[in-house]
Amino acid sequence: MKRGFWLWAAGLATYAFLYVPLAVVVLFSFNDSELNASWVGFTTRWYGKLLGDADLLQAAANSLLIAIVSSTIATVLGTMAGIALHRWRPPLLPFLVLTPVAMPEILLGVSLLLFFRQVLDLTLGLFSILAAHITFSLGFVAIIVRARLAGMDESIFEAARDLGATPWRTFTRVTFPLIVPGIVAGFLMSFTLSIDDFVITFFVAGVGVTTLPLQIYSLIKVAVTPEVNAISTLLMALTLTLIALALRFAPETLRKSA
Amino acid sequence: MALLEIRNITRRFGSLEAVKDVTLDIEAGEFFTLLGPSGCGKTTILRMIAGFDAPDAGELYLDGRPLAGMPPEKRPVHTVFQSYALFPHLTVAGNIAFPLEMAGRSRDEIRRRTTETLALVHLEDKGDAFPHELSGGQKQRVALARGLVNKPRLLLLDEPLGALDAKLRERMQGELIALQREVGVTFVFVTHAQQEALALSHRIAVMNEGRIEQLDVPEALYSTPKNRFVADFIGTINLIAAAVVEASRHGLRLAAPGLGEIAAPVHGAVAVGSNGALAIRPEHLRISGHADRAGLKNHFAGAVVEYLFLGDVTVYKVRLDNGLLLEALATNAGPGRARFHEIGDRVSVEWRHDAGVFLPD
Ligand SMILES: Nc1ncnc2c1ncn2[C@@H]1O[C@H](COP(=O)(O)OP(=O)(O)O)[C@@H](O)[C@H]1O
Ligand SMILES: [Mg+2]
Repeated sequence: MKRGFWLWAAGLATYAFLYVPLAVVVLFSFNDSELNASWVGFTTRWYGKLLGDADLLQAAANSLLIAIVSSTIATVLGTMAGIALHRWRPPLLPFLVLTPVAMPEILLGVSLLLFFRQVLDLTLGLFSILAAHITFSLGFVAIIVRARLAGMDESIFEAARDLGATPWRTFTRVTFPLIVPGIVAGFLMSFTLSIDDFVITFFVAGVGVTTLPLQIYSLIKVAVTPEVNAISTLLMALTLTLIALALRFAPETLRKSA
Repeated sequence: MALLEIRNITRRFGSLEAVKDVTLDIEAGEFFTLLGPSGCGKTTILRMIAGFDAPDAGELYLDGRPLAGMPPEKRPVHTVFQSYALFPHLTVAGNIAFPLEMAGRSRDEIRRRTTETLALVHLEDKGDAFPHELSGGQKQRVALARGLVNKPRLLLLDEPLGALDAKLRERMQGELIALQREVGVTFVFVTHAQQEALALSHRIAVMNEGRIEQLDVPEALYSTPKNRFVADFIGTINLIAAAVVEASRHGLRLAAPGLGEIAAPVHGAVAVGSNGALAIRPEHLRISGHADRAGLKNHFAGAVVEYLFLGDVTVYKVRLDNGLLLEALATNAGPGRARFHEIGDRVSVEWRHDAGVFLPD
């Protein structure tokens, strides 16, 4: 009994710690006051004001474009990597593919910056951001697809060949349909990672291109305005929707790879 | 010409020779079984027939054409896997239609043959079900139907009944025999269960450590095993160490240390003086309560040490006076009584002069 009580208390405290600040942000995005101090009244005018902020809209458009393009490419490459890892079980490759997943973001950011500038002599911008996002998303897709394949009876792929399917038709008729949930989950995961990323993007963005998280950061350097609350609320809603979708598509895959 | 000719195939995995110089012919329409303990190379042979593996030496011919280099999807050979390997994302009908689609059959033909084959395995009402909604026995039937639907020249079955419980296994054995007779497809069946092999097969190859020890019809394997491995592996058998004293057309005279002389039948040539063992089945031994008044030519005195009442039969274990332990089977066909001897009873163990088989060392 007692143990149950303390567990519940600890659990509640944890959730409160996580979600109360988020709830405050959401609440104050509807607050009819310039100051984030006390509740004055309900309004949606901050959301309306967002639409008039050209810089913010441009940043949001950049973020969406980067997320769509980078997660699409990361999904294709990551799926191929996941299948290859499962099929050939190379000794060192899993380690190399999974490293970006576990690597501290700041390290990845610095090393990508050095690589793009010093080695490739690239002008930082849209392309370097895309390349960076693909780099860190690919590993997640590969893990999810591989976990999906690992949970399957190997002999079904042999059965397909045995029953007259060429290797290509075995892929299109058996392997692919079976890993689709993993691929979708991987795509949604990449999309979420890309649209939220701050640290790595900060290093590789250069001066020309701004993403939504970077723009929010530059706004709060001045002050945490209700406008920031509003855009944060929107971003939060999008992220939660994507995570919910990912969980819905492949709950068991995510649990396995977690 | 046999349907499948296997010529001197050998398969090595590192230093392990999983299949050693195996040669055999499988005839069209046959129910052929590879029988042997786990790890003796049965699956490896099936995989070479199916095309998932290739021999390091030797050749395989199907209908006289060499199989070397032909990928699995090109071979008119289908497999029923032990794990069933049903496609989880396809319905039962989808699974069964799969080989027909791969073969490029017309829509009408696919629909007709799928329906026919569902009926063949008594799953008419399960066409729309998914594999995870089926019982073990039903999955088994779907796997069989999927393997048979496109009329392969050869159906390979790798321990297909291994995952079923005893009752269901017995029923599926009956269904397998009926099915094979009905469709006329040649079956190559793999099992480590000797009773299953005896019950199902037209011919059996008994394997041990990558080699074929004996290839014969079930009755011959049971009654005249060629060596101790086969004798031991199939059924229960008593082995009585003995040497050949005299060999003629009519029979053998054997000398068993501590027992005396035994009369035995001849199967093939044996040299006088050679050592070996007389292998004799428990059901060929008779136990008589009169230790001193024997009826048959071969009779030896001993004492009952144990008995197992199995309902239809009782198994007696008798220790002969030279220390040898023999197992004898008594049928409980008479009314009322099923136990004739108690532990400790002095008895005589007897058998006919034409029972058993002498196995030289
Ligand atoms: N791919 C492989 N690599 C290494 N050893 C193998 C491989 N396949 C089978 N073996 C070995 O070959 C032997 C025969 O295996 P198998 O044909 O599966 O036996 P069975 O089917 O009779 O149980 C076993 O000792 C097994 O461990
Ligand atoms: Mg096997």
